[in-house]
Amino acid sequence: MDGPVQVSVLLTRLDLNREAHLVIEDGQLVPGDKTLGKDAVVEVRSVISGGAA
Amino acid sequence: MKCQVCRGPAIIDVRRHNANFCQEHFERLCRDQTKKSIDEFSMLEPDDRVLVAVSGGKDSLAVWDILLQLGYEADGFYIGLGIGTYSDESRGYAQRFADERGLTLIIDDLLRDHGFDVPHGSRAAKRAPCSACGLSKRHLFDEAARRGNYDAIVTGHNLDDEAAVLMGNVLHWQADYLGRQLPHLPAANGFPKKVKPLVRLTERDTAAYCLMRGIDYLVDECPMAAGNKHLSYKAALNDIEVDSPGAKHAFFFGFLDRAAHRFAAATSETEEVMITPCERCGAPSSNDVCAFCRLSERATDAVPIELGRTRRRAGARK
Repeated sequence: MDGPVQVSVLLTRLDLNREAHLVIEDGQLVPGDKTLGKDAVVEVRSVISGGAA
Repeated sequence: MKCQVCRGPAIIDVRRHNANFCQEHFERLCRDQTKKSIDEFSMLEPDDRVLVAVSGGKDSLAVWDILLQLGYEADGFYIGLGIGTYSDESRGYAQRFADERGLTLIIDDLLRDHGFDVPHGSRAAKRAPCSACGLSKRHLFDEAARRGNYDAIVTGHNLDDEAAVLMGNVLHWQADYLGRQLPHLPAANGFPKKVKPLVRLTERDTAAYCLMRGIDYLVDECPMAAGNKHLSYKAALNDIEVDSPGAKHAFFFGFLDRAAHRFAAATSETEEVMITPCERCGAPSSNDVCAFCRLSERATDAVPIELGRTRRRAGARK
């Protein structure tokens, strides 16, 4: 994806719910208002887990 | 984005609180919210010995970590469910968490100790995998708590879990389940006390908490949960939450404040049945044989047999 891009915009572009995902860069949480550089490598991690037990 | 508490740089926003936090104050928020739940619902006494049901995922490891920080004596209990590499990996995360902190982790294994695993057992018993898994876990948690004389079983159920279960129960008007959907189920009829201290935290909170605390957890989802209704309810609620921050909290805590007591009668009607020890295992049960022993019996009876080629007998009719 072309950068730079703000984290919250990244999630919107990926059509991911911000309540269900975290963006992580170098093992650190990245806040929604941070702008990621064009060479940034991030992990977008789903936080939803399943069973109803 | 500035921290609500110290005005330093924030790393996470919590929209339902209309606030942002730095690492230090987000961790404190998680501890404070957990303590608030424990106090509000009279979940634990300060000297309670608690058994934390640990899966290797974010919620169970987070609640174990927070309880220790709050000063509770807490051991972990892990059940091997036999779900392929997923179970192997989840056990590894639970064991490493315990080992690195010098904690006690008790381990049961469904196949080793009871002769079946979740994938085969649920098929043989004609139950959904999540149903067979939940039944087995509840039974084994109770048994482990009785065996170890623990005062309470702690699970990592969070706000998203409870709101999603509530949505399912409301959609189907499961009156007896609604009456029991409480963060604290007191000990009764031989069943130990069960509490859910994370009901004020979302899944996003517990995942962020683990990341900040350096708690390595199994990120992958259980392969057998894919497509279950619980996940679709969570997705629907998160869609609402984005447009209306605080909606999940208002839904669940509004239910507890204003509606849960209305369903208590439905629950007490179903609980009026006589509880007696299971003929097989001695666990308290409303039937002669408890649900877990019936599941176990059906699951272990279904021993696979090899089918050979059939030969038509001479003279048999076509």
